[in-house]
Amino acid sequence: MDDELAISVRGLRKAYGDNLAVAGVDLDVHRGEVFALLGPNGAGKTTTVEILEGYRRRDAGEVRVLGADPAHPDPGWRSRVGIVLQGTGEFDELTVGEVVRHFAGFYPDADDPAKVVERVGLGAKAGARTHTLSGGQKRRLDVALGIVGRPELLFLDEPTTGFDPEARREFWELIRDLSAAGTTIVLTTHYLDEAEALADRVGVIAAGRVVEVAPPNRLGNRQEALATVSWRTPDGTPETAETATPTALVAELAARFGGEVPGLTVTRPTLEDVYLRMIGH
Amino acid sequence: MTTTTKPAAPVAAAPGRRPGGAALALRQGRLEITQFLRSRESVVFTMGFPIIMILIFAAIFSDEIAPGVSYTQYFITGMIATGLMTVSFQNLGIWIPIERDRGVLKRYRGTPMPKWVWFAGKVLMVVAIGIAETALLLAVSVALFDLNLPDTAAKWATFGWVAVLGVTACTLCGIAISSLARTARSGSAVVTPVALVLQFISGVFFVFTSLPSWMQQVAALFPLKWMCQGLRSVFLPDSFGAQEAGGSFELGRVALVLGLWCVIGLVLCLTTFRWTTKRDG
Repeated sequence: MDDELAISVRGLRKAYGDNLAVAGVDLDVHRGEVFALLGPNGAGKTTTVEILEGYRRRDAGEVRVLGADPAHPDPGWRSRVGIVLQGTGEFDELTVGEVVRHFAGFYPDADDPAKVVERVGLGAKAGARTHTLSGGQKRRLDVALGIVGRPELLFLDEPTTGFDPEARREFWELIRDLSAAGTTIVLTTHYLDEAEALADRVGVIAAGRVVEVAPPNRLGNRQEALATVSWRTPDGTPETAETATPTALVAELAARFGGEVPGLTVTRPTLEDVYLRMIGH
Repeated sequence: MTTTTKPAAPVAAAPGRRPGGAALALRQGRLEITQFLRSRESVVFTMGFPIIMILIFAAIFSDEIAPGVSYTQYFITGMIATGLMTVSFQNLGIWIPIERDRGVLKRYRGTPMPKWVWFAGKVLMVVAIGIAETALLLAVSVALFDLNLPDTAAKWATFGWVAVLGVTACTLCGIAISSLARTARSGSAVVTPVALVLQFISGVFFVFTSLPSWMQQVAALFPLKWMCQGLRSVFLPDSFGAQEAGGSFELGRVALVLGLWCVIGLVLCLTTFRWTTKRDG
């Protein structure tokens, strides 16, 4: 097994009854990388991630996470893996500080709980009972519990759902910090901008299969894709052409119109366009 | 392990000490007790119920069941047994489904905490609350109703082993029955009727021998009847044993049946316990 790989998956399959949730996933995540698993709801993101986290058994395939099979997690392996689940498990009767301190106690090399609470932006709420937190604040507590053990590998399942834009930016900074300190990060998201902002590589998953893996700006051969040039003819009718040489076309149009081209736009497919095409829309 | 794809701080260099199991269990127990005491409903209904019941019973039955033996002296045994069953069987059977549904158990499973530590935490909570609640019940009964406490070391010893065996059996059964509840809400719907029926047929609210004999035989299949009977040998005069259904307090049979329920409860726990809800895999 390649030591540079934090995660290696070959032919992963998982069915719930007749429903094939994961239909043959192949995936490699390098150490130190931020990897985003992007896909619509029901694509198999969470099932895949929960198999990697050691929560679910697989039906078939080969899986190595930090050099071990996650189907048999032992405490040593668990202490190297941080998990932020999609659903929150709440401790209504305890304060933020108490919960984080308690979880820190499970890890051999835990971070300072007070520092972690500060880092996720809950410093002012350290003494508050968790049931008084807002949805976004609860999510930050989840993140605090995921990172308090100083994991080598951190899983984040749709971490910013329910965040306002400012909280998302702050969260992205936190992820970049963790990544800069060497933590390997695997996150699932259905926010394209989040994948684009954070990930070194994006894996698009649809109907239980990984459709493509690439850096966000190269996804779906975006850079080489045909450009769309639009303008209006002299009688006002909108005109559109797809071309590999948009500059030549614009020059030709400029010559034809003898100057400004009315309503001229030149676009390439956005990440959203290629993503929607990949997942079959 | 040392190579990362980004310039990074050394990861997992410091091995660190894993906290010892006993220390983890004590921490877990303390956390469980804190959560229990901060949940007002738990304190009032679990700890207060037997005391409220003994106040009602003492007010209704103020005469003597036998020369020199008050009704309170008889019913205290049922109230102690009920209290122990409430704090173990009902408390766990109601709370564990809530914690499972909230995802608290799933979150614990994602940490390096050894599984048994979580169970140990629950047991420590049950034992601590059980002792506190029984002591309070005895104190109230001595102060208000002239309850006679056991006067020999042998009787205290019997009190001790009956309580330990009874609480062990009820704790294991409470953990086992928690897996029957499909949602957070259904825990109390599953557990409360079972507990209530057992209380009626096991001699908690009525003098056991005054119940129909078929009812006595059904009750003899379950632990509560034997807990009550064992405790009667502690709180009632030895001569009272002749009035029991079996002609004596049958302490050997008390130990046997409670021990058997410990085994049944343990097997059920080991075979049926779930850390996640059904819909959650």
